[in-house]
Amino acid sequence: MSEEGFEPKIVAFCCHYCAYTAADLAGSMRLQYPPNVRIIRLPCTGKVDVLHLLRAFEDGADGVYVAGCMEGDCHFINGNFRAKKRVQYAKKLLDEIGFGGDRLEMFNMSAAMGPRFAEVARKMVERIKKLGPSPIKKAKAQKGGDVS
Amino acid sequence: MTQEKKGSVLVVGGGIGGMQAALDLTESGFKVYLLEKGANIGGTMSQLDKTFPTNDCSMCIMSPKLVEVARDPNIELITHADLMSLEGEPGNFTATVARHTKRVDPEKCTGCGLCTQNCPLEVLSEYNEGETGRSAIYINYPQAVPSTYVIDKEDPPCAIACPVHLDVREYVGLIAEGRYEESLAIIRKKLPFPSVCGRICSHPCETMCLRGRKVDEPIAIAALKRFVADYEEASGKPIPIPVVREKREEKVAVIGAGPAGLTCANDLALKGYQVHVFEKLPVAGGMLAVGIPDYRLPRKVLDKEIDAIRALGVEIHTGVAFGEDKTFEDLENEGFKAVFFAAGAHRNQTLNIPGEELEGVLPGVDFLRDLNLGKLNSLKGHVVVIGGGNVAMDAARSALRAGADSVEICYRRSRKEMPANEEEIEEALEEGISIRYLVAPVAIEGKNGKVTGVKFVRMRLSEEDATGRRRPIPVKGSEFSVEADVVIPAIGQSTDVSLLESLGFKMSRRGTVVADELTLETNLPGVFAGGDLVTGPAMAIDAMAAGKRAAVSIERYLKGQDLKAGRELEETFFPVEDVREGIEKEPRVPMPEKEVAQRIRTFEEVQLGFTEEMAIQEAKRCLSCRRCLGCGVCADVCEADAIDYTIPPTVDRIQVGAVILSPGFDEYNPLHKGEYGYGRYPNVVSSIEFERMLSATGPYSSTVMRPSDGDIPQKIAFIQCVGSRDTDHPYCSSVCCMYATKEAIIAKEHLEGIETTIFYMDIRAFGKGFDAYYERAKTQFGVKFVRSMISRVVEDPGTKDLILTYQDEDGNLVHETFQMVVLSVGLEASREARKLSRRIGVDLNEHGFCDTHPFTPVSTSRPGVFVCGAFQGPKDIPETVSQASSAVAYAAGLLAEARGKELVHEEIPEEISVEGQEPRIGVFVCHCGVNIGSVVDVPAVRDYAKTLPHVVYAEDNLFTCSQDTQDHIKEMIEEHKLNRVIVASCSPRTHEPLFQSTIRQAGLNKYLFEMANIRDQCSWVHMHMHSESTEKAKDLVRMAVASAKELVPLHEKTLPIIKKGLVIGGGVAGMTAALKLSEQGYEVFLVEKEPQLGGNLKNIHFTIEGKDVQAFLSNLIQQVEEDERIHVITNALVVDFSGTQGNFSTGIMVAPGMYYRKLEHGVVIVATGGEELKPDEYLYGQNEHVMTQLEFEKKLVEEPQFSLGQNTVVMIQCVGSRDEERPYCSRVCCSTAIKNALRLKDKNPDAQVMVLYRDIRTYGLMEPYYREARRRGIVFVRYDVKDKPVVEEKDGRLTVTFFEPLIKRRITVHPDTLVLSSATIPRENEELALMLKVPRMADGFFLEAHMKLRPVDFATDGIYVCGLAHSPKTISESIAQAAAAAARAGTILARDSISVGGVVAVVEEEKCAACLTCVRACPYSVPVINERGKAEIDPIKCHGCGVCAAECPGKAIELQYFRDVQVIAKCDAIYDENEVAA
Repeated sequence: MSEEGFEPKIVAFCCHYCAYTAADLAGSMRLQYPPNVRIIRLPCTGKVDVLHLLRAFEDGADGVYVAGCMEGDCHFINGNFRAKKRVQYAKKLLDEIGFGGDRLEMFNMSAAMGPRFAEVARKMVERIKKLGPSPIKKAKAQKGGDVS
Repeated sequence: MTQEKKGSVLVVGGGIGGMQAALDLTESGFKVYLLEKGANIGGTMSQLDKTFPTNDCSMCIMSPKLVEVARDPNIELITHADLMSLEGEPGNFTATVARHTKRVDPEKCTGCGLCTQNCPLEVLSEYNEGETGRSAIYINYPQAVPSTYVIDKEDPPCAIACPVHLDVREYVGLIAEGRYEESLAIIRKKLPFPSVCGRICSHPCETMCLRGRKVDEPIAIAALKRFVADYEEASGKPIPIPVVREKREEKVAVIGAGPAGLTCANDLALKGYQVHVFEKLPVAGGMLAVGIPDYRLPRKVLDKEIDAIRALGVEIHTGVAFGEDKTFEDLENEGFKAVFFAAGAHRNQTLNIPGEELEGVLPGVDFLRDLNLGKLNSLKGHVVVIGGGNVAMDAARSALRAGADSVEICYRRSRKEMPANEEEIEEALEEGISIRYLVAPVAIEGKNGKVTGVKFVRMRLSEEDATGRRRPIPVKGSEFSVEADVVIPAIGQSTDVSLLESLGFKMSRRGTVVADELTLETNLPGVFAGGDLVTGPAMAIDAMAAGKRAAVSIERYLKGQDLKAGRELEETFFPVEDVREGIEKEPRVPMPEKEVAQRIRTFEEVQLGFTEEMAIQEAKRCLSCRRCLGCGVCADVCEADAIDYTIPPTVDRIQVGAVILSPGFDEYNPLHKGEYGYGRYPNVVSSIEFERMLSATGPYSSTVMRPSDGDIPQKIAFIQCVGSRDTDHPYCSSVCCMYATKEAIIAKEHLEGIETTIFYMDIRAFGKGFDAYYERAKTQFGVKFVRSMISRVVEDPGTKDLILTYQDEDGNLVHETFQMVVLSVGLEASREARKLSRRIGVDLNEHGFCDTHPFTPVSTSRPGVFVCGAFQGPKDIPETVSQASSAVAYAAGLLAEARGKELVHEEIPEEISVEGQEPRIGVFVCHCGVNIGSVVDVPAVRDYAKTLPHVVYAEDNLFTCSQDTQDHIKEMIEEHKLNRVIVASCSPRTHEPLFQSTIRQAGLNKYLFEMANIRDQCSWVHMHMHSESTEKAKDLVRMAVASAKELVPLHEKTLPIIKKGLVIGGGVAGMTAALKLSEQGYEVFLVEKEPQLGGNLKNIHFTIEGKDVQAFLSNLIQQVEEDERIHVITNALVVDFSGTQGNFSTGIMVAPGMYYRKLEHGVVIVATGGEELKPDEYLYGQNEHVMTQLEFEKKLVEEPQFSLGQNTVVMIQCVGSRDEERPYCSRVCCSTAIKNALRLKDKNPDAQVMVLYRDIRTYGLMEPYYREARRRGIVFVRYDVKDKPVVEEKDGRLTVTFFEPLIKRRITVHPDTLVLSSATIPRENEELALMLKVPRMADGFFLEAHMKLRPVDFATDGIYVCGLAHSPKTISESIAQAAAAAARAGTILARDSISVGGVVAVVEEEKCAACLTCVRACPYSVPVINERGKAEIDPIKCHGCGVCAAECPGKAIELQYFRDVQVIAKCDAIYDENEVAA
């Protein structure tokens, strides 16, 4: 895979009550953002497991982010704080193994923040484009193996 | 009457209150009709950005309620509709509902929004407070419910101003297109006199014409009407006579052949009635024939239109004087069934000065009549006309034409006040008639019985009086005489009072016939009256309108129908008031007139009428003020074929048992406060406009920009009490202090470095958590608060900055410049609500809010009709929500026997077992019209889906959500034996429940469903990237398929409910809650710690309104004790508690025997109350003259001599409140202090009362009592919390020393009594809180589930809170909250069983190591370790967040429907098999 014209694939774990709703709002407001993000909806970011984050990378995602309610506004009281901790932990882990914690991020937004959803998507795509394709994907591509 | 009660309720108003009421009602077992005037529900809350004091996003917290309402099969949403009337009685009402047409078929509309994008018209958006535009076909906001679009084809001002509401816009538009005959036909639909009105109408339509008011000159509407009528005449065509389809037997008599009578006759004849008109004069036409000279209205023009009425079959008998030649008795004998009496006002008003009897005095009306009837042919000499109306002009100009040598008009005011039409005055002047202003006749002079002149006195005008009029006042000694040969007094007309009285009419003091404003019924049965004899002299068009109204009444009368139903008094409300920008000025086409020289000696018509060219040119000036142009573009683009302009409005009758009014409020219009420059200075905005600016969906996507130049403001000022606490609005709007604080905070959050300043009188942060919020605003966010009222705003014209002048704390005058000013506008009773209450007979209070009694705060004056929200008085969201539930309790109590009767239950087939089956997945890909289809290659996605593993069927649909597709999906499930279904379309947030219910109806478990959101996440956000969008849509479908193969059916369990309630606490709140539960038919245990019921209320004797509290209390206790369903257990303490909603078990110990009892019940209401703090300062307990408000109140009531001995009383506010220990406001102390101070003044008017306060918080309708207190000399002195009053005892004398900020001096007084307004604190409740596992605030009050939307619920289902246990509040508020708690509790007790399970966490016991991680992680403390030593999660309590599943180190916990295998399958599917390698 060439790094030129690289179009990353990014997985976004979104909580149902805020971030997913913000994504819908971005839609109804027709805000345009790059088509690189794949959303996985969860009831709460508190449900996001470190295993899921790592699995997404293992599957070849170039970037992953978790988007939850504003801090203090979690629909389930404090799930987003737990997500924040796990993301921080996984980032550290990714840094330690040399994969780069920057490929993973946590964002907060309210359900009314359609523009913020679009902006986060743009930001993350830009960041991952700078970082280039995921090393795992590169390795897989060289092997020509499948990733399913 | 023992008619069975109805099991349904009508809720009027779809704001947060109405939605809450509707949801509570259906859950309580009642069908709901939710009627909303606007296009969508959501109300004001949908416009808010954030809510105080939590800064929650308003839309986020509200939108789940919107969806819930939309989905509830027992809520019938009736939007874009009005309640017109309400008949019947509690339990059995018939509501007449007018549904305005949406012009969009809700069954077909998919809410795709294509119409909006293509609509060529932009009007101002109400939702964004006019700061942005919207299309004429619209929904208010993206999440709106219902999502059906609406076309608002509002009437333009001209049509509304026209008394008969001619469709001016339409007929003018047709003239512009040269379609004259169609134009005339439109006029004739409503008016038989286009030619007449085109000449002589005073055209109120032109006065209201927006072009005239906002651009240049009004459209010449009357002249255009004349043009089409003349065009027909010139083309030689007769007036087309409509065919009367149905002939009726009934005969109707019309007395008077004037405009009113003839119009009525015309309308009735069209309906088929036999109409006979009796006219006293020898000619038909009334004033049109004999009052208006030929040069304005040629007789042949009038006669032609009258003949057309005759041609309909109307018989006109002239020369019949009613009362002489004919009587009511005669009419009855001749078989007339109804009479319209419209004899007009043909009598001249006399001047009441000497000389009126002289020869040569010709009263105006008589003069014109004689002239018109040919009885008078010529005049000579100098004519003096007295008066300034149209009759005076007509008389003067006619006199000239009749041969007078010279004519002058004498009028007692100035030109400006002259009532005659401007053009009439102009034409008179052109013709050489002179006008003398500011003169009034004092005598008509004569010689030998003949007039020789008039003696006048000069007048001057007074200053404007209260009504804005300037009265003429005689100038002493200024008399002078004018010579005259003829004097024509024309100062007005009146009726023949003695004749009318002799006929039996009830007469008004003005000498007019009394008739019902709406129906025109008189005191005589079957006799209706209208026109000048009812209104006094008015416009011809008014008389015609009366004739039309009479015709409607008479038809109803003859058919035995209700005369009033569905009709309402007209109000001059103009919905379209905005004109687009940049309209070029273009003067109106002048009316061609006969040359002056040619016209003054003949009665030929002066105005010549427009030519065709002129008419088209003039008609094209019309701005076509309207919301919708009817262009048809939206209908063309609508793929669902949902738009139909011809869908008519309908009127429905709905049978309901009760009504809840929740119509909300209007914002005060700051245009009335000119001094603040709103409307003139672009950077002065109202608070709600500012709120929209802060909102992400607002005009500038949450950026605060100055309207004048888009600059980011550095300093924003908020001015409080705009339209509150003033003479017009003597109440406090209750919410403005807090919303201004919130807006100031949010603005600072949005814009770093911005400065916000709030100018206020008192900060009224009286609600739960409000004072802490206010303190945070000051300290944490740096919002500046300045206690100073701003008297005006001045704009710097160069920078458009705004300069405010105020006094700072040291009393210095400060001028400060701001970039923006926000006016914190108050709340007014909504004008629509006021109209509504008139229609259905509900009383309003003096402020226009719904009138309620303090002890029944949600009951209106009409039994069975309840009220909630801001229509009952200004209030915030939680109180509105609480009152909504409260109203539900009253309605549910009233209709208890009919509960469940009208509920619909969806029939659901048996579930098909899919156990052990290979996944067979069906994929339905949606085009969503062009929403998805125009960007994503939908067939390609469908074909791709077919290639995916386990997919056995895939198809694409134009609209997957449409009803026919739902049926089709069910067929496909059956045909292809699908056991998993995927819809690739829009958002599961809005549509998952719909599809789930569809597959459930096909027999599949509803959890065997998955969605791929290829609209909101593909086509809408990557509109120009077709291939990328398509690829992404394929990815999303692949991920959904991967996850779907892992789906398993989930089963919800049902548990029976114990239909009994427990209420803890026997004060007013507890007792009210118990009664309201009992009224709904449930058994209640009422547990009270004390030996007697009553609680804190035992200490209160009267309310601020003066109501007797003890009488109320003893009545309440009696009711509770006599209620068979309520088991009162006093002396009882709760000692243990267990169970879940529907199945609780509570242990109590009952004194004095201290025996233990176990109570089984389904719900709990906590009403443990509060009490007055015993202060530990200001010598309380040390000096007997220092006491609390309750102690003072007791003395006032119980010791008659006490008041008389009080020369000086000092009250200190905020004792123990708003300090570090208790950082909350106790809410009621300000009003209590004022209540007691006023009571003391009542008993001892000489007593001096001083109230030392921090902020006076008499919120809402209590504010007028504060005003009253000040008026009666009670002195209010503000103290600073850093410099509190000092209380000492010196030589046995009590001294209070404090700083008086106005005179800046320390003052010492020696009161006889010092009253401390001590804090309200909760009663001991810590143990109870621990037992029930319900949270408390730091101050000990219980904490509800959500401050805004769940004010009486605890987060734990089935437990509720009310009264002082929740927070300090008034009696009225406690009662409302208690009823609310009972209603919420009723929503559980109404069910027979509850379903539990579904998306909940489940423990796999084999894997569980009982490490307690889940116990610690769960935000709701649900997991417990069971008897097997394993974690157990009660599916009833689980909220389904999945935190435990993520935290569990042994992966023993799975969140159903979001199991790890599903999440991982989705991750694995982000790349398809070949993608990475490729």
